[in-house]
Amino acid sequence: MGKRKTPGVNASSSADIAFMLLLFFLMTSSMDTDQGLPRRLPQPVPKDQKTDTEVDIKKRNLLVVLVSSTNQIMCGGELTDIKQLKDKVKEFIDNPYNDAHLPEKTEVDVPYFGKTMVTKNHVISLQNDRGTSYQAYIDVQNELARAYTELRDDISKKKFGKAFVDLDEDQQKAVQQIYPQKISEAEPKNYGGEN
Amino acid sequence: MPELNTSSLPDLVFAFLFFIMMVTSMREVTLKVQFRAPQATELQKLEKKSLVTFIYVGKPMPELQKQFGSESRVQLNDQFAEISEIQNYIAQEKSSMKEEDQPFMTVSIKADKDTKMGIITDIKQALREAYALKISYSATKRID
Repeated sequence: MGKRKTPGVNASSSADIAFMLLLFFLMTSSMDTDQGLPRRLPQPVPKDQKTDTEVDIKKRNLLVVLVSSTNQIMCGGELTDIKQLKDKVKEFIDNPYNDAHLPEKTEVDVPYFGKTMVTKNHVISLQNDRGTSYQAYIDVQNELARAYTELRDDISKKKFGKAFVDLDEDQQKAVQQIYPQKISEAEPKNYGGEN
Repeated sequence: MPELNTSSLPDLVFAFLFFIMMVTSMREVTLKVQFRAPQATELQKLEKKSLVTFIYVGKPMPELQKQFGSESRVQLNDQFAEISEIQNYIAQEKSSMKEEDQPFMTVSIKADKDTKMGIITDIKQALREAYALKISYSATKRID
């Protein structure tokens, strides 16, 4: 048998073709996963029923955070800077000294933790004006989320020696039971300002 | 010196190509609104892309402002839409999902950071009416 050359297809350029395809897909597709602040909206109110359900929340359990049309923040009736907001909210959620003006604590049986005093009826009511800017609103949402994250992290570190995100699912559920996230985004109101 | 055998290079590249095609999704919409995400720190990733519906809010692109004005507008898919159309749009998106996935549907609100809350509030009300209760305010990571 001698050497018999078969004239094969010249495949040297198929690498280039494949590269072109690859580049095309890299350009047109987006790999970045969307990030955001997840929230849950309340159930829609039936149209015939116009009663305000927030009436039956006790006053001490309610923290009203209001963002005005000039992006100023009122927290519990006081003008608050965005930097102080987190600590105020943390104090409200945690109620460390059992203050009579802060949310009442009820005893709840939480797995891993046993019987714990939890401010489970607290509600943070976030209100905004129609003229509030979106960035200011997100800032406030972010601070509220941060207050919860820090509280949960603290207790996770104390109990399990790990940050909240590193806990397994059951442990996370237990911690969430101690600090349930209760942010109510109230019905829109027009407090003033244009639009 | 023996030459490096490159005959398997195309295969390698194709394998890589398929990998990219699997993990990414095609950019579906062309943006018609100017959109700069607000910044935040407490972000969570949206998990399943197929369960996420996007609503864009912002001022129309400069070249479209003559036609649509410079007020903030809502964009659903490729078109500008009114607030009243959101409910239908959500219902449509919902019905195109698998039934077991429908409760996990998430609506990501991608709004420009200079948007006024009025329009966002209207969208939120519309979403409530449409029973799309899981939402996410899209934002980018703030570097402190």
